Amino acid sequence: MKLRFPTILRLLVFALLIVFLIRPEWFASVFRPLTENNAPAIYNQGSLLTLTLLHLRTVAIATAGATVVAIALAILVTRPIGAEFLPLSRSLVNIGQTFPPVAVLALAVPAVGFGEKPTLIALFLYGLLPIFENSLTGLTTLPPTVTDAARGVGMTGWQRLIKVELPLAMPIILAGIRLSVVINLATATIGSTVAAKTLGEVIIAGLQSNNLAFVLQGGLIVGILAVMIYDGMSAIEKFIAKRTGLVQQT
Amino acid sequence: MIEIENITKRYGAATVVNDVSLVVEPRTVTVIVGTSGSGKTTLMRMINRLVEPTSGIIKLDGEDNRSLPGHELRRRIGYAIQGHGLFPHRTVAQNIAIVPVLLGWDKAKIDKRVEELLSLFQLDPTIFGPRYPHELSGGQQQRIGVARALAAEPNVLLMDEPFGALDPVIRSKAQEDLLSIQKRFGTTIILVTHDMEEAIHLGHKIAVMDGGNLLQYATPAEILANPATDFVATLVGTGDRPFRFLSLNSTGDAVEPGNAEGEAIPASASQRDALAELLWSGRPALPVINEAGKAIGRVTVEGLVKRASRPAA
Repeated sequence: MKLRFPTILRLLVFALLIVFLIRPEWFASVFRPLTENNAPAIYNQGSLLTLTLLHLRTVAIATAGATVVAIALAILVTRPIGAEFLPLSRSLVNIGQTFPPVAVLALAVPAVGFGEKPTLIALFLYGLLPIFENSLTGLTTLPPTVTDAARGVGMTGWQRLIKVELPLAMPIILAGIRLSVVINLATATIGSTVAAKTLGEVIIAGLQSNNLAFVLQGGLIVGILAVMIYDGMSAIEKFIAKRTGLVQQT
Repeated sequence: MIEIENITKRYGAATVVNDVSLVVEPRTVTVIVGTSGSGKTTLMRMINRLVEPTSGIIKLDGEDNRSLPGHELRRRIGYAIQGHGLFPHRTVAQNIAIVPVLLGWDKAKIDKRVEELLSLFQLDPTIFGPRYPHELSGGQQQRIGVARALAAEPNVLLMDEPFGALDPVIRSKAQEDLLSIQKRFGTTIILVTHDMEEAIHLGHKIAVMDGGNLLQYATPAEILANPATDFVATLVGTGDRPFRFLSLNSTGDAVEPGNAEGEAIPASASQRDALAELLWSGRPALPVINEAGKAIGRVTVEGLVKRASRPAA
């Protein structure tokens, strides 16, 4: 495979991110001009690497939960037995999306206490919609000849789901998961307002001490992570879509 | 043998198939012809219970087709559809192996069967087996669709407009392939089409449907000679009738003693092809050769024209 410019650029940015997370002090001079009154240029209240990993963990757990629930719901409402639950599930998932995560945090803290838990609840609810809607689209827009053939060759309902419907819907479902991950990567930062260990801590610390360097560090790491994960998942989707013949090979 | 007894299918107030009865003899090709909305596809889909009838019974070899769960019944009946319906995420070999895998055949037997079928359809197993359906041409995809339907050696093969998406040249090749496969395996085939030409060419018997009713169920010769209703006559096409009639029989059946000049025609060609050749080349007679290439007589314009006239009722 030939390395093209965008690929090289991504690898460079990724390498830069890793170096920054392991040895942030090497970049102190870059961030120095953003500070005032001799404030520290590099976040000094904890390890950036640890915060990044915790941030990713929170997003991963919340998205995994949302993925399982959203796909299960989509499967349920596309079976004859669950068809009448479609409008209800749609409303529920829509409420999850329209309810502001900050409000979810405020409501969840009295119930489950401070820390990671309220953040997980907020991200879980916020991540449901894209995955559910995409799974629904994927499962209901399969080529009719293929679904007919699946019945015609004698597959049971379960076999059709596992062997035909889910694999063919997978690229669209993955696109939903990708959207959800990217949204949640950014949203997870507000978890730090309720003491969750995320990169939001860096940003909030910067805002409190009026230190632009901190705000920028937290924001940049989240931004770069989002872009990298977005690209990585797009590549996986394309690969699977090519395999399934859903898009013409170029 | 497939016995369809008083089958009716209603969707709400609409009757899609109305009290149809017919018997399909084993090892024959039966073609169900009709316009769209005639109920022909619904009738066929009730045989493997993709559609459940409102009333009536369908028996396969004397056994009610409801005596098995639907999916098990369908594994025993081949099913090929227009636009092939191949699974795009599975290779050609995996597609063909679908039903044997569902039936739990062992791997060696499945591999052998896949190879056998690919060779039968003139596709090299080592080249085409690992390919994905979208890497094939339309004609190749259609052949794989039929190969998949035949994979578990079913006695009965249902085909829903299997050649509808093919261009004319590939279609006639596919039709010839189907006939030779039917002869070879003795499969009972039920094929749905809107094309009377195809029906006359492929069917031992033709069932003509319109508005959910079975208008006529007879041999192609009978349908051409004595269409039961005006609608059947329209489908047959009065202008083409003599030529379609000629297409039913081979040139060998029309051979007369004697010699003729010029290029010969094989005895296996249809009488219609023979007449076409006579008219086009402007000759009064053609020599006829058998499979060994030996002259066995001649066909004449006069003789063929006589055969193209309506048989006495």
